[in-house]
Amino acid sequence: MTITGRVWKFGDNIDTDAIIPARYLNSADPANLAAHCMEDADPTFPSKVRPGDIIVAGRNFGCGSSREHAPLALKAAGVACVIAPSFARIFYRNAINIGLPILEAPEAAAAISEGETITVDLATGQITSPNAPEPFRAKPFPPFMQELMDAGGLIAYTRKKVNRHA
Amino acid sequence: MGLTLSQKILAAHAGKDYVEPGELINCKVDLALANDITAPVAIQEFNKIGVDRVFDPDRVVLVPDHFVPNKDIKSAEQAKMLRDFSRRYGLTNRFDVGTMGIEHCLLPEQGLVGPGDVVIGADSHTCTYGALGAFSTGVGSTDLAAAMATGEVWFKVPAASKFTYYGKRRPWVSGKDLILYTIGKIGVDGALYQSMEFGGEAISSLSMDSRFTMANMAIEAGAKNGIFPVDEITLQYIKGRLKRDYRIFTADPDAEYVAEYEFNLDEIEPQVAFPHLPSNTKGISEAAGLTIDQVVIGSCTNGRLEDLRVAAQILQGRQVHPEIRLIVFPGTQQIYLDALREGIIETLISAGAAVSTPTCGPCLGGHMGILAKGERALSTTNRNFVGRMGHPESEVYLCSPAIAAASAVLGRIGSPAELGLKEVD
Repeated sequence: MTITGRVWKFGDNIDTDAIIPARYLNSADPANLAAHCMEDADPTFPSKVRPGDIIVAGRNFGCGSSREHAPLALKAAGVACVIAPSFARIFYRNAINIGLPILEAPEAAAAISEGETITVDLATGQITSPNAPEPFRAKPFPPFMQELMDAGGLIAYTRKKVNRHA
Repeated sequence: MGLTLSQKILAAHAGKDYVEPGELINCKVDLALANDITAPVAIQEFNKIGVDRVFDPDRVVLVPDHFVPNKDIKSAEQAKMLRDFSRRYGLTNRFDVGTMGIEHCLLPEQGLVGPGDVVIGADSHTCTYGALGAFSTGVGSTDLAAAMATGEVWFKVPAASKFTYYGKRRPWVSGKDLILYTIGKIGVDGALYQSMEFGGEAISSLSMDSRFTMANMAIEAGAKNGIFPVDEITLQYIKGRLKRDYRIFTADPDAEYVAEYEFNLDEIEPQVAFPHLPSNTKGISEAAGLTIDQVVIGSCTNGRLEDLRVAAQILQGRQVHPEIRLIVFPGTQQIYLDALREGIIETLISAGAAVSTPTCGPCLGGHMGILAKGERALSTTNRNFVGRMGHPESEVYLCSPAIAAASAVLGRIGSPAELGLKEVD
């Protein structure tokens, strides 16, 4: 699957309180989460983000809380993919589990600028920027995680597993 | 090659003799936990799996603590989902307003977690139970849903870093200061994906409550878990509490660590983490003087009896500064009652503190102590991110209960030494 989208840039250590502040966690309704996504990092984000946009951030993206509402908020806001040099581990698991594409790509994260339109091939991990002579490559997912994603996420995978045992 | 403490526990729960860092394993869990923010999403996902029971009703615990007592109608609906689920699936260990507590204070106190366990919780501070020698880590709601159904979870076996503490603790230095200092040195992703293994002679003499505080904040260095060796202090704590068998694991002498750090306590003074990262630490001598509006003592990090005791020791016979709001949150009903019987609560209230029922409320800007634009809080909690306790233009400084209590009296960040106090053991 290939995604082409406009880039929003953020810095290092974007925490889950920035992605979706806890004051909105009295509901997990996707529309509610989308309406406040990233607002403490950039108050204009919820109104300006468009479906298919791509976040390119610094290291340790998604640090802090275990709230799955963070990747859910990004997905509900229409963010198609997040590219960063590294992700906080719980956010990483949550993103895979709910089907928000994330790519670990230090070179791409450093080189790509705000507002660029880039193309990401999720199958190959190739990231193409109009301002870079060569495409960037993201770190490939371990085979087990690829299997999880191919199964349609952890819940579909678990459903198969428990039914096999039943 | 030898194994680290976390490797040993994970291997035993995966039915293996050996696991290596980076290996993907399927592990049995001894306990699965969620709260009133994360359980509603987990329940939705659980319902999609198509099972009619949880893997073990003794080993799934849902604690309403974040927005409870219900702060508004939406929160009430979320907490009700959790209560309905607990009833429907016959969960054995149920806690609610009047019997509950902040989950990470509550579970060890109630003897639901112990040495050698693998525990997962849909809350990032689940790493707290590493203080008991358990492998314990935070996950999201979907991971938790799958574990509620199967009793299993997949892990990538973490590499480990070793943190050794030696020397003599300086006055008013607690576990909170040691962990803030450590995070200040290695950064908020200094232990990303890793296990933080704590040890050393200074740890051997550290109280259980201080160990919980340290393990609690392993996540603030990006770690998967923080873990302590089991010793007499651990065994004393679990005695009469722990409701099931436990296993003591020890790291092999030739275990391999990706990094080893040594800290001399002679050089560590009480710490304050400045906005907006827990790693942005300074010694109290550099931090003293900043004016504040609110002081919070409590949370899963510092809401235990030792924490309330030190605050009362400092506030005894003193008054909270007229420009300061001091809010104290005992971690559990039992801690509240113990503090009441010891006279701590009376001391705190006489000094001008507001004492609340246990809740995570103010720590995450949920309720019970939200900051206005431009306000500054000094707090014994674990995070000082932008907007963490309220308005995005408010500020949070993190510290120990001793520094928090002294600052509440001074009306600005300062230390008990400035009040002429000496620490008593």
